[in-house]
Amino acid sequence: MNPALLLARVLRDPGAIGGLDASDWNALWAVARAEQLAGTLAHRIAGLPMPHAAARLVEDAIASAEQGRTAALWEAEMARRALAGIEAPVVLLKGTAYAAAGLSPSTGRVIGDLDILVPRDAIEDVEAALLAAGWEWVKPDPYDDAYYRRWMHELPPLIHRDRDKMIDVHHTILPLTARIRPDAAALLADSMALENGLRILAPQDMLCHAAAHLFADGDLAGGMRNLWDIHCLLGEFGFEGLAARAAQHGLGAAMAQAVRQSVRLYGTDAPAEWQGWDALDPLFHRRLTARDTWGRSTRKAVQLGFYLRSHALRMPPTMLARHLWTKWRKGHRPA
Amino acid sequence: MRHLKLLRIGPLGFRIGSHWRSPVAALDDLYRDYPAPQDGIADFNVHLFAARPWRRVLRPSVHIAGDFVIPDAAPLPLAQGLLAAEMGMNLQVALGLRRYLLLHAAMVERGGRAVLMTGISGAGKSTLAALLMARGWRLMGDEFALIDCATGLSHAFPRLVSLKNEAIDVVAQALPDARFGPLLEGTPKGAIRHLVPDARAIAAMAVPAEPSLILFPRFGFEAAERPVLPSEAFVRLTQASTNYVTLAERGFDALTRLVQTVPARAIDYPDAATALAMVEALA
Repeated sequence: MNPALLLARVLRDPGAIGGLDASDWNALWAVARAEQLAGTLAHRIAGLPMPHAAARLVEDAIASAEQGRTAALWEAEMARRALAGIEAPVVLLKGTAYAAAGLSPSTGRVIGDLDILVPRDAIEDVEAALLAAGWEWVKPDPYDDAYYRRWMHELPPLIHRDRDKMIDVHHTILPLTARIRPDAAALLADSMALENGLRILAPQDMLCHAAAHLFADGDLAGGMRNLWDIHCLLGEFGFEGLAARAAQHGLGAAMAQAVRQSVRLYGTDAPAEWQGWDALDPLFHRRLTARDTWGRSTRKAVQLGFYLRSHALRMPPTMLARHLWTKWRKGHRPA
Repeated sequence: MRHLKLLRIGPLGFRIGSHWRSPVAALDDLYRDYPAPQDGIADFNVHLFAARPWRRVLRPSVHIAGDFVIPDAAPLPLAQGLLAAEMGMNLQVALGLRRYLLLHAAMVERGGRAVLMTGISGAGKSTLAALLMARGWRLMGDEFALIDCATGLSHAFPRLVSLKNEAIDVVAQALPDARFGPLLEGTPKGAIRHLVPDARAIAAMAVPAEPSLILFPRFGFEAAERPVLPSEAFVRLTQASTNYVTLAERGFDALTRLVQTVPARAIDYPDAATALAMVEALA
């Protein structure tokens, strides 16, 4: 069995670990680590009968995820304090938002950088406040810096000099060069306040953002984790109003694709009109599950295709050519 | 990964995959008396691979990766494949271990009491550990000491002892009957030869010990010794740990308990005989 499908099956049905032999266990952990799903897997199967060595891995992964969660929430608090003097709303995105709101994708989830969304007209104030509070630039290359500021949906990444943690400050959820232009004003207007004054996106917007991130941007690397987020959020929030909200952001196709892949991989419970399997869907499925028993990525041709697709989605052809040429001369090569 | 090796060192299981036979053959030989991972399930995976298919045969170059990666780990020539495997295992433990507080230290034990020796590369950790093993101490490891955060006990990690440059002959003379790996010349750290820990070290590798002394040895100075205050030992050991920060409160508690309950000494030594006498007098 493809080890990525094995991981998906165990996430769907934790009882499936009953039939695993040692080499299955090894492949399962290798893929879970590669897909940043080790903590999620650990929480799903904790407490079930399993070999002692596997139970130890579960315990380690749960402790590790718990520490990551504490650190991520602390990082959000540090940003809250740094930005307390700014009038604009500060919306937590992705992993930190799930953790802060106690949503189901956050159970065992690895949280990478701190992602926040602020109004575009407040971005200079936010940048100044973060720099004053100890965050520093990490993109020393003037081309990269200029590219971010002109074309991206976020500031160039900043890292805090003492805590070594990265913050991504967004003003919308897709690059400005992409054909799709989500309604950033609506994302902010409908966001919801947490107790500490930080905000999270409205439920349907949270789903739209996850779908945009996975299917309208990027090359689906690490997609099993992002799709698991979507699966959990659909279970938590359901489908009501989802199609209309996705359409409002221009993300109808991305949202539909996300649901179809989630149904396929994780068995998400979706209404009939969301189900189906389009001609290109198998390709997405193959890309999402391209792992060998060591957790290494496979299907290089499919990957390269999605790498090219990610750039085609992100910018018009002439701009893409100019960008890739500049990056090539600077020594960048696709992984 | 065509070639596979499963083995256990101390409490940790490894699964090593390689594009080539020779690194796995070397592991099979040198680790022949080591058990498989508990339940056959590894804690860490190591990959030894060619970055491009033709580099398996044409100027073969061994890249090192695993579950936990750092960018830009330099590849090694296939003749140093054993070293690549050892580095791969060390790297996975250093980057991925969460079960224990990891200290970059050699460790030997006598009568249930463990002596930890930590210091920069070149301080003589591996050499002293091997020579103490020759004098009847149990070798617990020459690279990592694994401190159990709950109990404070130290777990052994008796991998192959990595001897460098002049230490190779010194240890070969002290242990004429020991098993050694091939002499690897021209590695990033000079000449390296691996020593197989003795039967006792392997047989007892699952047995932890109570830390009783922390030493900070320094090679190449007049013989000298001074006590190290817990505060200094704490700071130096945070620098000697790869996972102190990620373990957060658990790591802090384990380390403060260690430095508050175990005495620490700094020792300078001009030669191995002096160092051995100093260690045995203190322990």
